[in-house]
Parts: sequence; structure tokens; C-alpha cells
Amino acid sequence: MTKIIEVEHLVKKFGDLVAVDDISFAVEEGEIFGFLGPNGAGKTTTINILCTLMKPTSGRATLNGFDVIRQQNQVRHSLGLVFQDPSLDIRLTALQNLKFHAFVYNIPGAVAKRRIEEILRMVELWDRRKDEVRNYSGGMRRRLEIARGLLHYPKVLFLDEPTLGLDPQTRNHIWEYMLELRKRENITVFLTTHYMDEATVADRIAIIDYGKIIALDTPDALKSMVGGDIVTLKTENAEAAVVEIHDKYNIEAQYDGAEVFFEIQKGEEFIPTLVNNFKSGLQSISVRRPTLDDVFMKLTGREIREETGGPTVMMKQWAMRQTRGGGGRFR
Amino acid sequence: MNNLRGIYIIWYRDLLRFWRDKARLVTTFVMPFLFLVVFGTGIASSMMRGSGGSDFDYIQFIYPGIIGMVVLFTSMMTGVSLVWDREFGFLKEVLVAPISRTAVAIGKALGGATIATIQGLIMLVFIPFAHVSPSIGGIITLIAVMFVFALSLTSMGILIASRIKTIEAFGMVAPLMLFPLFFLSPAMFPTQYLPAWLGIVVKFNPVSYGIDAMRQAVLGSQQSAMFGIHLFGFRMPIILDVVVVVMFGIIMGTLAIRAFRIQE
Repeated sequence: MTKIIEVEHLVKKFGDLVAVDDISFAVEEGEIFGFLGPNGAGKTTTINILCTLMKPTSGRATLNGFDVIRQQNQVRHSLGLVFQDPSLDIRLTALQNLKFHAFVYNIPGAVAKRRIEEILRMVELWDRRKDEVRNYSGGMRRRLEIARGLLHYPKVLFLDEPTLGLDPQTRNHIWEYMLELRKRENITVFLTTHYMDEATVADRIAIIDYGKIIALDTPDALKSMVGGDIVTLKTENAEAAVVEIHDKYNIEAQYDGAEVFFEIQKGEEFIPTLVNNFKSGLQSISVRRPTLDDVFMKLTGREIREETGGPTVMMKQWAMRQTRGGGGRFR
Repeated sequence: MNNLRGIYIIWYRDLLRFWRDKARLVTTFVMPFLFLVVFGTGIASSMMRGSGGSDFDYIQFIYPGIIGMVVLFTSMMTGVSLVWDREFGFLKEVLVAPISRTAVAIGKALGGATIATIQGLIMLVFIPFAHVSPSIGGIITLIAVMFVFALSLTSMGILIASRIKTIEAFGMVAPLMLFPLFFLSPAMFPTQYLPAWLGIVVKFNPVSYGIDAMRQAVLGSQQSAMFGIHLFGFRMPIILDVVVVVMFGIIMGTLAIRAFRIQE
């Protein structure tokens, strides 16, 4: 396999702030490579360097064999980009936006026409193709941007938080198409996200925090870093619960201000034992398989979502985790 | 080759946007109409009273100045559109595309200059109010002068927009540039009777030469054409006016491309 992206000792500083702190990694051709981390971790900065929008402070990077500093034009021809922030001309129609893109990327007229139709139908905007983009909803604009990023069949497609704000149905639809296109055109996908379930489509994931890569492996291997299932409890007296679990089972449980949680092998089998003679006023209990969230938590001691803060937010996340389908739940 | 395509598509997009924005075409008429018909008539009638009747036709005189005003202000819109593109993110799509930044800057300058020239041309509908009768040759000269003049100004707009990155800041700075450039030129008054200090400032303003060239093109041998810029005791001929504008354009264009290339 050839390496389509190679990054060596990349550093980017903004004044005193080190946004990207000496990272090195390589991406194989045809791979889906995920960049996972909280907002402000350096994901977008890295992408901006790789796609020639920013110059690194030091270090080097190549894309499709071309140096991102010295061979900008070749690099730009090799990549497609879906930005985190909107980048459409909202005063033009969807069709005009795509035609502009096709022209800039040198796609011959007849091919462009066929592809534009194919891609607009894929993102279900064909019927609205002659509307000005400013009349589009946020989700429609997002879909159009993804369509545009794919239009010239780039060697590497960068997706910076690509499906932010999309409903699950559209998200699945777009992923289906991207996976098919990857097979057909051997496109490499470079994805940044802080959605865990989105990151799991990746073949390999780099977890990035404070500008450094703190882990890089397949999703399964990353998950196996967490030592088993996650059991989460809500109790009347959290401190007492932590002590009780420690005394009875010699397990180090943690309390994050809202819930008590710990890791254990075969969590389902352990729960009946635990529940049977629990003294610290059990209110609810759940068990689930480890997620990339837990991996991040294990590595950094923090939750990945930037909103993490108040107990209400945590409750919401907890509830979301349940509905996303982790495991059994007892009341 | 690719750069030519790039220049073309950037130019084309700006024209497409201009064409779609028809409201802008209508509002274009309001200010020139007020200046020419209301302001012009007002000043002309009070001047008649003051000088006890004169051959100087003020409306005829300011008409080319008003075309110059339209070109000047429309050209600065190129800078505005660049700042908007940045604000709305579209600039990113352009900057990451496989076209050089030089091509983007040139396409943008040409697009803005084309629009400004079209807007200037629309001002010809005021000919019946302006007591002028330009020749065909004069109008062709006018178009050429307008385009060169506009190109130097759109380059200046791009230069400013490369440095000033928010809409708010640009909205503050643009009038601070535009109004002095406009008022310190022969657009609204003849310059040979000015006090020395003001006359010198006018002669250092590159916009003066653009407007003077347009005036000579429109008025031809008509009487008000006599009121123009004198350097070293000689009336500037139109060709030298154009040379000054071209030189100004080359400087602005070079600076604009440089500024546009180095921005991140």
C-alpha cells in the first residue's frame, strides 16, 4: 500500500499557543482515517496545513507525494474539502456553485454535467438545484457542500466535522455514498469529528488532544484499551457507593459529579450480584460496551465533548448514550 | 492555461452575481440623479446669480464627474465583495482551489472593473439632462478610460480588503478613503481657481486624472472641457491623464497581488 499522506514533526504555533505540537503520522491510500478530539485540539489546523491554507511553523507534510508547502498547486488538485464552516456562494444557485467548482477543477463539460446530476440526486437536492443557496436550510447547505467536495473525485477527501447538524437519515445516506465512491474511485477519506459513532466508520483513528496525537489505532484496538464493559450507577449517596464497591469487590469506581462508574469484564453477569445487596441507595444502573468516548476518557480523564460541564449536560449525554443503545438498563 | 481559466471563472462569477442582483442596478440611478439634476441645478442657478450670468455650464461640467463618482464607488465594491466572500466562507473554496492566488486577484479586479464600467455606461442615460453631445469616438474613449480607471481602483480595493478583514472595519475605512479621493478631485468643481494648498492636493490625487480624462472624452471640444488639470502651466492632454491612471493602476495591482498572496 502507498502512503497518500505523510506528516513528520508538524508544528503550528499562533503566538504562544501551540495548536499542533509535533505530530507525525501516515495515511494509507484508500483508507478512512479519523481525527478524533475535542474542539480546539488542533484538528482543523492540521487539515488547513495539509490542504495548503496555512503554513506550518515547522515540520513537513506530503499529500499524494506532493509537498504541501512547495507544490501547492498539485496538492490542491489532489484534494477535496468539506469545511467545518460554510463555504458556499449563497447568492448563487446550487447548480451554479457546482458548475463553478467543476470549472475550477478542470472537469470537462459533459462529464461535469453528468456528475453534477448524479451527485445532486444523491444528496436529494436535484429538485432544488435552481434555488439560491441562501434559501436553503442548514442541512441542505451541508449536503451541497459535501456534494461539491466529491464532485472532482479527489484523491483525498477532507471532511471537517462533515455531518454536523444533519439528521441521522441523511448522514447514513451520505456515508453510504462516500463508502461506495471510495471503493469505486479509491478515494482516501480524512475525517475529523467529535461524534463517536461517526468516527467508528474509520479504519484507523488518531486521538488528538492539546495538539498531540495521544493514540492511533483501529477503533477496536482503541476500545480494547478500556478494560471491559462500563457500569454506570446513580445512587442516593455517591461517595458511600464508591467506598462500598471498593470494599466489597476491590474495584476502583469513579464519581464525576453525576454518576458513579467503573469498568469490569462481563458487566451483565456482574450486575445481579451488585444489585442484590447494594446498600447505598441504588436509583438506576446500566452497563454498556466501551465507546471511543471511554477511550478518550481513559486517556485524558476528560469527556470529549466540549460542552461537558454542568450536571444537566452530563445527564443529557448520559440519556443520549442510553438511547444510542449501549446495553441493558435496570430501574 | 489553468490560470487563465481561473481568472475567467472568478470574473464570470462576479458578473453572474451582479446580474442576479438587479436591485443594485436600480439603486445605481438614485445618487447620480440627485447629484446631477438636483445638486447640479441648485449650484448652477446660484452661480448664475453670483457671477451675473456666465458661459460656464455647471451641469455639463459635473456630468463626467458624476460618471467618475459612479465608477469610483462601484469599484470599491470589489473590496467589499472580497470581504463578504471571506465572511461567508466562499473565499476558502477559492483559496483551496488549484488556481493561483495571483489569478484570483486578477480575476477579481477584472470582474469589479467590468461591473464598474457597465455601471458607468448606464450613466449615459442622463445625457439628455446634462447638456452634452459626445461623439461616438468620445464614448469609445470614455469606455476605455473608465475600464482602466476602474481597474486601478478595484486593485486598490483588493489591497485594502487583503488587510482589513471584517465587514465592520471595511465599512469604516472605505468611506474614509473614498470621500477624500472624490472631493479632492475635479469631479465637482474646476481646479484652476482653487487656493494653492487645495490645488496641490488635487494634483497628487490619482483619481483627479481619471476624472479629467473622462471629462475630456465626454465633452470633447465643448466649453467646459477647458476646465481641467494644469501641470507646470500646461493643460494635461487626455493621453497623459491616462498614463497617470495606468501608472497608478500598475502600482495598485502589484501591491494588491502581493498582499493577496501573503494572506493566510
